[in-house]
Amino acid sequence: MNEAFFDKKDYKSLDRVDGRLKVTGAARYSAEYQLSGLVYAVLVESKIAKGTIKSIDSKAAERAPGVLAVISHVNAIKVPGYQTSNQHPSEPPVNGQPLRAFYDNNVYYNGQPVAVVVASTLEKAQYGASLVKIQYEKEQHKTDFDANMESAVLPAQAKKNPKSPVADYSRGDKNAFANAPVKIDAEYVLPTEVHNPMELQAITAHWEAEDKLTVYDKVQGTQPTQKQFAKEWNLPPENVKVIATFVGGAFGNGLHNWPHETAAIIAAKQVKKPVKLVLTREQMFTMVGYRPYTWQKIQMGATKDGKLVAINHESVGQTSSYEEFTESTLQQTRMMYASPNINTRYRILKLDVSTPIWMRGPGEATGAFALESAMDEMAFSLNIDPIEFRLMNYTDSDPDKQLPWSTKYLKECYDAGKEKIGWEKRKMQPGSVRSGEWLVGYGMGTGTFGANRGVAAVRAELDAEGNLLMQCAITDIGPGTGTAMVQIASNTTGIATDKITFQLGNSQFPKAGNQGGSSTVNSVGPAVQAACNALKEQLKTMIASNGGSQAAFASAKTDDILFVNGQIQIAGSDSAKVDIGTLFKQNNIRKIETTQESKPDENRNKYSMYAFSMHFAEVHVHSLTGQIRVKKVVCCADAGTIISPKTAANQMIGGATGGIGMALMESAIIDHRFGRYVTKDFAEYHVPVHADVPHVEVFFVNKPDTLADPVGSKGLGEIAIIGVAPAIANAIFNATGKRIRELPITPDKLI
Amino acid sequence: MIQFQYVRTSTPKAAVDAVSKAQNARFIAGGTNLVDLMKRDIMKPEKLVDINNIPLKGIEQQGNKIVIGALALNSQVADNKLVQEKLPLLSQSLNAGASAQIRNMATVGGNMMQRTRCNYFYDTAMPCNKREPGSGCGALEGFNRMHAIFGTSEKCIAVHPSDMCIALVALDATVVTTGPKGERRIPFSEFHRLPGDNPEKDNNLMENELITAVEIPDNAFTRNVHYLKIRDRASYAFAVVSVAAALHIENNTIKDARLAMGGVSHKPWRLTGAEKALIGKPASEETFRNAANIAMEGAKTFKYNAFKLKLGPNTIVQALKNAAEPV
Repeated sequence: MNEAFFDKKDYKSLDRVDGRLKVTGAARYSAEYQLSGLVYAVLVESKIAKGTIKSIDSKAAERAPGVLAVISHVNAIKVPGYQTSNQHPSEPPVNGQPLRAFYDNNVYYNGQPVAVVVASTLEKAQYGASLVKIQYEKEQHKTDFDANMESAVLPAQAKKNPKSPVADYSRGDKNAFANAPVKIDAEYVLPTEVHNPMELQAITAHWEAEDKLTVYDKVQGTQPTQKQFAKEWNLPPENVKVIATFVGGAFGNGLHNWPHETAAIIAAKQVKKPVKLVLTREQMFTMVGYRPYTWQKIQMGATKDGKLVAINHESVGQTSSYEEFTESTLQQTRMMYASPNINTRYRILKLDVSTPIWMRGPGEATGAFALESAMDEMAFSLNIDPIEFRLMNYTDSDPDKQLPWSTKYLKECYDAGKEKIGWEKRKMQPGSVRSGEWLVGYGMGTGTFGANRGVAAVRAELDAEGNLLMQCAITDIGPGTGTAMVQIASNTTGIATDKITFQLGNSQFPKAGNQGGSSTVNSVGPAVQAACNALKEQLKTMIASNGGSQAAFASAKTDDILFVNGQIQIAGSDSAKVDIGTLFKQNNIRKIETTQESKPDENRNKYSMYAFSMHFAEVHVHSLTGQIRVKKVVCCADAGTIISPKTAANQMIGGATGGIGMALMESAIIDHRFGRYVTKDFAEYHVPVHADVPHVEVFFVNKPDTLADPVGSKGLGEIAIIGVAPAIANAIFNATGKRIRELPITPDKLI
Repeated sequence: MIQFQYVRTSTPKAAVDAVSKAQNARFIAGGTNLVDLMKRDIMKPEKLVDINNIPLKGIEQQGNKIVIGALALNSQVADNKLVQEKLPLLSQSLNAGASAQIRNMATVGGNMMQRTRCNYFYDTAMPCNKREPGSGCGALEGFNRMHAIFGTSEKCIAVHPSDMCIALVALDATVVTTGPKGERRIPFSEFHRLPGDNPEKDNNLMENELITAVEIPDNAFTRNVHYLKIRDRASYAFAVVSVAAALHIENNTIKDARLAMGGVSHKPWRLTGAEKALIGKPASEETFRNAANIAMEGAKTFKYNAFKLKLGPNTIVQALKNAAEPV
């Protein structure tokens, strides 16, 4: 089993339906709509971390060639929806007030957008922006997490609601840790990480009429964005159109609408022309969220024979001064292992920085670094193999929700991964395995994420040539949503994949939320299935009404009605074969269509639904120089039915790559004297290059979870990264005996 | 970026003339660093004199030296047969730098002229004496993990970023220039400067002087050489610490040695004391460790780069081991 997932010759999997468009440059991204009269906007950012703007001198900029406007709080038109609250309509409640573009003269963080320069070309706008001079009234800022950690507070939502997921949690005996025979007590630190997708955040804003707005916007949800801007501008939602046909990666930073988007819309309104605004790479660090700097402490207690008796898990995550961002850092500690006694305590620390946002594996990836490192530390203390230790504390139902799992095939993941990584080569004693001057280590980490499902609707249209067209407002930020949906439609109808088109990324299409939280296949997939089945129902009725040999269709099950070689048949029978062209002609129609909605059912209350993953890593560390090479990664996922094997494996490999970055490289560092990032481009903020990413072997359990949703999928965008960083950190410990609890693990920490 | 003039020239003299006529003009070749610096308003030349049409791309043996034209591309030099055969250390160092795409654009002269990657130099909102003399050194008490441990001053603790230059200083190269006052030859070790009170000056080029070539003696370091670069990822990152090592070994005795370090100083850091400690000694780990310890004498660290006191000598030892026993 040494060949890569993609290389398996016998693996039948659809190529990406939009792959050719992407690799030939024909796919159009948000910054690639060359509208007539288009002008360019460049943001000016604050250079202090806290205070107020005393004055803005924009004269030189205004006089610069090609500059059409310099817009700031001084002269920006008032955004009508800003006058009250700017709570995002489609996100869970976050206590506080999202940052409003050019609303007043307050500066909340270094790098905040404070003005925008609009000009006839990008270069002229950039030059104009460089001429804007801003005077500030500085105030003392706080950006240093470590120095201010004592100011961390319970989130307001937990104060209001003791059942909030971020409220303090206790199960069993609160003091069980104190009496545990074997104890681990350790602190873990995850630095700020920035999503940094390849495509920069971009928006092209166009007021087609005084009250009619179209935006080509890099977002993860077209309809959530539509709702947001409709609210901001006091417009009926149907007057706002959001297009995001292609999104060049996002990892969560398109789950929120940010001030730069409103800045472009304001600018378009003021200059009365369509405006394009693309963030710079530096601006991606301060304007579109990040994974928050997080401190964690784990106290873990076990019996000498390897039974967990207590886990106390504390976390403090960074947020901004103006919004309380929270995430589910501690969730998996409550449900992953069969410890009778668990305490979790979640706090946030408000600093003069921008607000974080969910980043791939939000919360869980951070929490898993601590939990799965601690599990490894405990296993080592107990002299028990880390996999054995996890199996000894395996739980067959959710001890948190006290519900049965819908499905859980984590043991299959352990078994497959163990074999594929060559776990038998691992020795318990660190430093025991060498390859020349390199120390060799093996490690593993578990991941989990909720098998989420939302409401979605799909419109489907079938024409007389047997072409199936589907539409949904969902976006595709890279996982291959179109490909998976075409596959589901083909599986449901029997129509060949090359006759199926799935259109997405347009707010005018039927209902969908954000692409986020590993929920797209689980939410949109069932709607595709429902729409296809509704079309088949229509066909069935039409055919049956022909009578004669086709009357048998009346009693056929919808599932059995399939296109076989382009003709409609009752599967598994020698039924009549119906040509769709003839059928439509007989009925004097050119096409049939339907729109079907699908939503979560009551099983959500009866079962606990999670996807699971296991990551294994073989890591080599140079004994003298501390250089680290990840030699092999094996990813095993229990994500329900795998609809599209290629794109699914692609996601797992991408997650492993992100996990390598998290473990070994990524860190956005602030110089606290200035409250300003000092690693804010790709030269300073490292992500893995090809040479850092080894052979990644992917294994899927591929068993359906039809309790979670009718297509049987549990989602895998998040579990692809959750657990990778601890697998690498654990492998480094196994190689060197050095337990690094602060990421990233760089060579200087290992010499 | 400010607006600027752009002219092309095809002889060294025309280039020097063109640059001399303007107040604030720069030569441009590959532009792999200068264009970035201009985009960020770190350098604001009013005029660019494009020298790419000047025939300075040759790589040839002239008597007992190898002469490489200033406009030879980094990738072209790294892949050149003569260089691979006679100057394998130079080839290795070039391939350790940047990315394939950048090496295909960047020239030998430009590589020598590249500016530091200090975070504070690169951000116009931050103090930096190199970018804006008198504004202070942001790195001195700031985030200085990548910064210098040798030859620093109160004004600047930035490091020189090139890999190629570490090999060139080890190999006793000479920089050939032409300028308003004619041609001159500068020993490579005297080409770059320490920051002192004038960190805005990276090197000792005179005003309007153009690098035309680099000469490297054919001193037969052809077998026992190694360029070892420690960085935070496997490729496409600047050195945390790097070492260029070249040895002549006969009967396991070191007859001659060249040693230089990158990522530790404002200039490519030649380790002559450590070289002396190697010569005449057996090629053993003990010898290497002794030389490495000597190499670190006089090092001064800052808040975030103290690890270089350990990583530095370890990298020297490993580079020497690799040189002594090439794979």
